[in-house]
Amino acid sequence: MKPNILKVRDLTKHFGNVTSVDGVSFDIFRGEVLGLLGANGAGKTTAINMVLGIVTPTGGRIEVFGKELMANRIEVLRQMNFCSTYTQLPGNLRIWQNLKVFGQIYRVPNLNSRIDEVLEMLEISHLKKRVSGELSAGEGTRLNLCKALLNRPRLLLLDEPTASLDPDIADKVRGVVKRIRDEEGTTILYTSHNMRDVEEVCDRVVFMHKGKVLFTGTSEETLHHFEEESLEEVFIRVARGGDIESNRETEEATK
Amino acid sequence: MSFPTVRALVLRYLYLYTRTPVRIVELVFWPLVHLLVWGYLTRFLQQNVGDDFPHEITFLIGAVILWDILFRAQQGVAIFFLEDVWSRNLLNIFAAPVTNADYLGSTYAVGMMRASVTSVMLGGLSVLFYSFNIFQLSWALIPFVFNLLIFGWALGMISTALIVRWGPAAETLAWAVPFFIQPFAAVYYPVDYLPTVLQWIAKALPCSYVFEGMRGILTDGVVNWKELGIATILNFCYLGLAGLLFVRVMLKGREKGLLTKFASQ
Ligand SMILES: Nc1ncnc2c1ncn2[C@@H]1O[C@H](COP(=O)(O)OP(=O)(O)OP(=O)(O)O)[C@@H](O)[C@H]1O
Ligand SMILES: [Mg+2]
Repeated sequence: MKPNILKVRDLTKHFGNVTSVDGVSFDIFRGEVLGLLGANGAGKTTAINMVLGIVTPTGGRIEVFGKELMANRIEVLRQMNFCSTYTQLPGNLRIWQNLKVFGQIYRVPNLNSRIDEVLEMLEISHLKKRVSGELSAGEGTRLNLCKALLNRPRLLLLDEPTASLDPDIADKVRGVVKRIRDEEGTTILYTSHNMRDVEEVCDRVVFMHKGKVLFTGTSEETLHHFEEESLEEVFIRVARGGDIESNRETEEATK
Repeated sequence: MSFPTVRALVLRYLYLYTRTPVRIVELVFWPLVHLLVWGYLTRFLQQNVGDDFPHEITFLIGAVILWDILFRAQQGVAIFFLEDVWSRNLLNIFAAPVTNADYLGSTYAVGMMRASVTSVMLGGLSVLFYSFNIFQLSWALIPFVFNLLIFGWALGMISTALIVRWGPAAETLAWAVPFFIQPFAAVYYPVDYLPTVLQWIAKALPCSYVFEGMRGILTDGVVNWKELGIATILNFCYLGLAGLLFVRVMLKGREKGLLTKFASQ
């Protein structure tokens, strides 16, 4: 069996009396892309922030590369990276300056050539000398992705990486995701509201609803489990139908 | 603390200054205005008040320079953090392999750089305009200045902690914190002139010893090492407490998800 890169057990987060993540458990194995799916407010970003150590869990356990996260935070973070729609790189620096700063923070060897490489990969080499704040939303997302790839992370967390991309670029980004998985064995946690994305890049999916995991499995297993034709339909049903499992149980009980 | 990480964070700050030189104006403009106002006031007093007025009135110029060193050091630290808040970069930094010590270390480096720019510039200009050479006072001034830098750093960390705790709405505090203490800091007048209660506050602030010390050097040319010692001890207490406060606030911030909130505001 492939080594376990990320192991999440009974992860829970309360913000005051709001429960954002409620007893979530899942694993990601080496070289796998795991899709974390769920409606707005399902708790995906909160879960990712906990894996990044930027939000402390109320309960549960997170192990990255077989190590407890908070006890080994710096060591673990050095081999991880993330890209999120919720952050930007400083808008007043040029693109190469931003990448240089983060490359140094992540101790990237041969930084200058690595910067050229990631810019090339995301096809924004021509923007290298531009000021980051002047980029369009999609170009900014691609810059974020460049930052996320700089240190060749073993675990990459992508929170809606294709949210502001046009279909052409979104397609290319999916290509990059698949490429680093196949060529570098990068393990990836991926959230997206675009089911096409998910079908194309994710090896398995975790469906979250109101902070809980409803189902974990491959796309086919998910379709089979929910008896739907597409992930999109599953998504809508989960989002509208509330707790599907318990609906089923009550259905079965009334039979 | 890891040197490469601190260097990277400082590098970001330097890029910022080369990218937007208008920021340098802030570093130059206010200190310059203060120096001019207080410098000419000093000259006016010297010429018009008469002989019974102590010649050492020039300490006002020294006070302006030293106060600005303290203020720039504090600002360096607070603005360093605010830059990350303003640019929605906080999450990128704190989800990267950056420890609290790395972050604080780089804020201090930036605070020192800002303070150096200010002190060299004001020192030079005061010689030029008022023939007041602060560096001629005594080399003993160096440990005094060092104490100011340390205190500025502590105040900066406290301001930053307030911003983490209360959100960007507390930004104005970052500018105000040094002025909360200015009345008690004995910047322009001796501690003895304060009412007794306020004197106690003054004595709890390391910077009051620095300003008293500066006046001491100017009036009788003697360095009061005892006061310098007290200031240093107090400073390390403040530094320790401010550091603890920062670490605590960051822990709380992680619990309440404050860092992510700023990122998306
Ligand atoms: N810092 C915070 N303080 C209080 N509540 C929070 C905080 N962060 C998230 N929440 C709450 O936790 C819940 C889950 O939010 P989260 O951002 O994880 O959802 P999400 O699945 O990423 O949704 P989306 O698809 O909209 O990005 C929401 O109800 C949100 O209001
Ligand atoms: Mg989200």
